[in-house]
Amino acid sequence: MGIVRRLWRAFDDRAGISQILGPVLRHPVPKDARWYYVFGSATLFAFLLQVATGIALALAYIPSTANAYDTLQFITHQAPFGRILRGMHYFGASAMVLLIGAHMARTFLMGAYKFPRELNWITGVVLFIVTILLAFTGQLLRWDQTAVWSIAVAAEQMGRLPLIGRALARFLLAGDTWGGQTLSRFFAFHVFFIPAVIFVFVGVHLWLVLRHGISEPPRPGRPVDPRSYRAWYRSLLSREGRPFWPDAAWRDIVFGICMAGAVVLASVIVGPPELGKPPDPTILQADPRPDWYLLWYFGLLALLPPNLENFVMVLGPLVALFVLLLVPAISNRGERSPARRPWAIGAVFAICLTIGTLWIVGARAPWSPDFTTGPIPARIIGAATGPVANGGRLFYSKGCQYCHTIAGYGGTRGPNLSAVGDRLTPAEMTWRILNGGTNMPAFAGNLTPDELDALVAFLKSRTARAQTP
Amino acid sequence: MSADHRPADAEAGPVEAPGRRELLTRVSIALGALGAAIVGIPIVGFLLAPFFEQQSQVWRPVGAVDSFRPGMTVKVDFADSSPLPWAGVVARTAAWLRREPDGAFVAFAVNCTHLGCPVQWLPDAALFMCPCHGGVYYKDGAVAAGPPPKPLPQYPVRVRDGQVEIQTSPIPITT
Repeated sequence: MGIVRRLWRAFDDRAGISQILGPVLRHPVPKDARWYYVFGSATLFAFLLQVATGIALALAYIPSTANAYDTLQFITHQAPFGRILRGMHYFGASAMVLLIGAHMARTFLMGAYKFPRELNWITGVVLFIVTILLAFTGQLLRWDQTAVWSIAVAAEQMGRLPLIGRALARFLLAGDTWGGQTLSRFFAFHVFFIPAVIFVFVGVHLWLVLRHGISEPPRPGRPVDPRSYRAWYRSLLSREGRPFWPDAAWRDIVFGICMAGAVVLASVIVGPPELGKPPDPTILQADPRPDWYLLWYFGLLALLPPNLENFVMVLGPLVALFVLLLVPAISNRGERSPARRPWAIGAVFAICLTIGTLWIVGARAPWSPDFTTGPIPARIIGAATGPVANGGRLFYSKGCQYCHTIAGYGGTRGPNLSAVGDRLTPAEMTWRILNGGTNMPAFAGNLTPDELDALVAFLKSRTARAQTP
Repeated sequence: MSADHRPADAEAGPVEAPGRRELLTRVSIALGALGAAIVGIPIVGFLLAPFFEQQSQVWRPVGAVDSFRPGMTVKVDFADSSPLPWAGVVARTAAWLRREPDGAFVAFAVNCTHLGCPVQWLPDAALFMCPCHGGVYYKDGAVAAGPPPKPLPQYPVRVRDGQVEIQTSPIPITT
């Protein structure tokens, strides 16, 4: 026996490492636990990756409202490895959100939340919620203009809660407005409070996995019966169980390494999201958007009918949380196989479809005025002088073009007016311009009769025929 | 002791005084709770401080009266009521200051009443527009289009010694 081995034996005898870890690593698992079982461990790997890259970033990041932006510029553009580290932290966060979503969908579809694993699901829901909070607070630490306005948006949403709304908004801002305390508090939430909750709940979640065992792959016609399940599961493991290490763990390792590799690759090739303008609240040329994982919610808030808005903003997240927590209470027995649970497949499909659709419209944001639009060239206006030319200029200067497109120039908030001359008479145009509409301001107080005539002449000349010379 | 690794305290003493053991249990738990409360009150209080803090508001000059032309709306910047030394640019606030044709001043918050995004003033269109969800307001702050539930909030504004002054205010929260 070599000296190293003897030393290890003596150390292990005193420390008791293999005595504790051995049974944990070798606990039996069902033999056909395959690749779709890797999402949970991969989420944990992604979290540990975030802890590691986050600690590294904290070497240079100063969480003060005056300095954070400059330290981020330093990290991104000057510090060796800084750009890659920021990229890894960003793509690691994205991976964690994606993987926890995949893990939840998998356990839901396969009924793994049923008896006796109800508490596994509930602790998992808590981990999902705090992961979203971690992602949101992380975006705020990227202390640029978007972060500043995102805090205002979050405070406004809190404000819609009855009675306590205003106080909660003040709590979030850490004062009447943004100030010296705002960022240091979000920093503490992001790096201490929320990760502490995650560590605790990951511990409980893993303990529960050991206590109840990994759920066996479901088979149609093999329902869960709480009276006999435990005995049946034990006999299944003793018949055909495999030690977790290494028979099942190798897949977790391979997938986790691939995930980490993808994160590093993306951070090298794509790099971290560029910082926006400085966090100065007096710079009003802003276009605040949440990062991709909340972009769908941004879309939802734009599309809600005004009379539903308060209910959805206040009750929506609460109801969603409540329903998720109640999933095991709705049915903790019976069929687990997705083949026998069409409603489960339908629910996951409906959620993916809804979020996917809102995500696409959120990315396009057709409801936002296009502040970047420029004057329509004379070639398209079709006249250099006269009322039509004047109308074309007014269409831009009076702001029509922020919301209406003509021949590819302008926003998409209102109808496309490229061929409006075919649809509306001059009288109809005049009426609409002066009085406005559901989502259009009235311009009666802001146009002289000459300007109105020029604008109508210009719009009347917008026809399908004029468009295709 | 050999390889059985029995924990040292596995053998509790004889059951001589169940009442005493019960008492010790309760006293230990009560003392622990008391200790946690003593340590926890300042920590939780510090966390919840924004609920209790009161900030007093002050008047800030934003420019000479004559520098604002009647009928115009311009952006003015001023410092928050009590900026902390390390707040940096974040201690600044903007407002849209409008001088009515009759000479009176109105100061609008820049925050859209929908979700707080900064509205931009378009002078030729005489409209405020919000970049987030397309809210639009007229020059008097009334809602012209889009999701905003209320008109643009106003800051208190006054004229002192030839200077226009705006009173600092919390970020307007639509409730």
